[in-house]
Amino acid sequence: MLLLKGARVIDPQIEIDEETDVLVDGERIVGVGTGLSAEGAQVIDLSGKCLVPGLVDIHVHLREPGGEHKETIESGTRAAAHGGFTGVCAMPNTNPVCDTGAGVGYVKQRAAEVGKCRVYPSGALSVGLKGEVLSEMGDMAARGAVAFTDDGRGVQDAGMMRRIMDYAAMFGKTVMVHEQDASLVGEGQVNEGVASTRLGMLGWPALGEELMIARDIMLCELTGCPLHIQHITTAAGLDLVRQAKDKGLPVTCEVTPHHLFLTEDDITLAYETSMKVNPPLRTQADAEALMEGVIDGTVDCIVTDHAPHADWEKAREFELAPFGMIGLETSLGLMLTKMVAPGIIGYDDLVDLMAVAPRDILGLEPVKIASGSVADLTVFDPNLTWTVDAADFESKASNSAFLGWELTGRATHVLVGGRLVMSDGVVLD
Amino acid sequence: MAFNHKHLIDINEYSASDIMQILEMADSFAEVNRRKVKKLPTLKGKTVVNMFNEPSTRTRSSFELAEKRLSADTLNFGGSSTSSVKGESLVDTVETLNAYNIDAVVIRDKHAGAPYIVSQHTPAVVIDAGDGKHQHPTQALLDLYSIWKRRGTLEGLKVGIVGDIAHSRVCGSLVPALKIMGAEVTLIGPGTLMPAAPDVLGADYVTPYLDDVLPELDVVYMLRIQRERLEGAPFPSLREYHQLFGLTKDRERLMRPDAIVCHPGPINRGVEFDSYMADHPERSVILDQVYAGICVRMAVLCLLLGGAENASA
Repeated sequence: MLLLKGARVIDPQIEIDEETDVLVDGERIVGVGTGLSAEGAQVIDLSGKCLVPGLVDIHVHLREPGGEHKETIESGTRAAAHGGFTGVCAMPNTNPVCDTGAGVGYVKQRAAEVGKCRVYPSGALSVGLKGEVLSEMGDMAARGAVAFTDDGRGVQDAGMMRRIMDYAAMFGKTVMVHEQDASLVGEGQVNEGVASTRLGMLGWPALGEELMIARDIMLCELTGCPLHIQHITTAAGLDLVRQAKDKGLPVTCEVTPHHLFLTEDDITLAYETSMKVNPPLRTQADAEALMEGVIDGTVDCIVTDHAPHADWEKAREFELAPFGMIGLETSLGLMLTKMVAPGIIGYDDLVDLMAVAPRDILGLEPVKIASGSVADLTVFDPNLTWTVDAADFESKASNSAFLGWELTGRATHVLVGGRLVMSDGVVLD
Repeated sequence: MAFNHKHLIDINEYSASDIMQILEMADSFAEVNRRKVKKLPTLKGKTVVNMFNEPSTRTRSSFELAEKRLSADTLNFGGSSTSSVKGESLVDTVETLNAYNIDAVVIRDKHAGAPYIVSQHTPAVVIDAGDGKHQHPTQALLDLYSIWKRRGTLEGLKVGIVGDIAHSRVCGSLVPALKIMGAEVTLIGPGTLMPAAPDVLGADYVTPYLDDVLPELDVVYMLRIQRERLEGAPFPSLREYHQLFGLTKDRERLMRPDAIVCHPGPINRGVEFDSYMADHPERSVILDQVYAGICVRMAVLCLLLGGAENASA
């Protein structure tokens, strides 16, 4: 038994925000209340800290199988736990692509063997992410796939996308989409406009994302299949989601911290490849619109799109470097520092964005700070000030654009199924 | 006068007086280049590497001549045998060159920002000889020199740049350089060849209508249509391009009597010009530009390598 004493317990699902104790037995919470005691229980003093339902990041690249030099299921889940997450949704763009039941089974098995947090595998929409042939979504769902996505690529053909949504609808899983029209985006490197002109590189136009969002929302209306827009980046794209929600369509969307807190203006003539991400960093106005979307609830959840790469892969000419930035170990700190501390959102909203909505989108069992709930719990110290340092990362990669940033607030303890996987900021072996 | 630059990578870091200093020194080399013995001992003992990671004949030849006429030891590094073909990264290649104790790297690369990467990994002077679609500062300087020699000034001149602005590294340096020198810049071309934010380069006006602005221009700068890399066919045919944007004998009647015509070369007859305009004895400065290239590059090498010497002495 584990007795978590004196934390500020925050869970908007049951409208609790008070200093109290939580008792965990086995994998579940068995008591919540002040002055709890239990004979023989390990007691952890959490005074001054916040205890919330475990955070879940539904957009993570663990790179295994095939990209183990960038990240593994072990290192990636260590990074997740270190960042305060109790679970991550693994993207299927591995090598081989996770587009079969066997692929899903492999990820689940490796996660059970070496994972520090839960891994919810997603499966590809199309065989090989090629956008041509439906993947075996039924088999993948049966083997534990929680959602389907061709993340990294947009499904170019509208007829194929319709087939995907018509077919996926019967499994009750969300179709998650990376919106990118290849004919408009081409080899685009940075946001089309000021950045592409200033840096002399091909532009990645906002329209290349927005046009696909508009198409897929209309297909959602036609097919009824739940649609989740991945890493949305533009004001106009967000407006389309807002309108879809007003219509009552089953449309959700996610935003990354880097699209909230960085813009195209941050890329200088030093051509920082850490800021080469897909979709690209957009304008200040877009970032402000995303912020507004987080406040008004149009944005359902925060994800990192954690995309690890080896140092030598990123230390190249901008046009040759791969897209992507890691984020698992900075996401919570950034949200606390840039959104909660200035009062833009409250702790309740943070829990909604990072714990409640992510589970809801994936159709996972909710975690509540109440007796009977699974004890997937995150504890963070809102006052701990720290500097983002590559040496401190559990991830194999260090391709973060936030290195050197001073943040206030970070996870200290993580429980997964009642088991302590991080204590006092240290991931346990 | 002190010359306070280590590298020539971003023309925006150069002031009007820096640029004027280069042009004036280039002018003194112009005389040397007409002598029977075209050689000065200025860079004797210095090693300059010409690192051309993308095919280039003209710019490389021009740099090489400039280096040789200043008595530098030159090393040509690149072409189809480049290390990148063998999988070596740009950074590792630069580290290798450092071991040769080089004094300057002249780099041409098909990727934007490559000269900056080089400058972060070598103590040598770095000169950008064209990086991707980003900049080509020595081209801009030789253009300024040619215009300045012909027109006597740069300030207040109305310069029109015609053609593929979007994919032009020449424009990436030339537009800001013209603005630094006080000229007015109009970009002319179809929307498919315009950058997304031309004002970022410093352009004063943007138009697809050449005939409307031609009567105003002191300088008409024709950009090369790169037949070999017209991705996504930005215009229907060379014929129609020539009709809409070609400088022809027929269009000459719209031009000011003293207006001049530039082109960075190599020219496509029947596309950017007809032969009448390309070879026009009074208006065309195309061959002056080639000549100016050597003089300007000598000046840049001299100022940067001399400057570095003084700084470390």
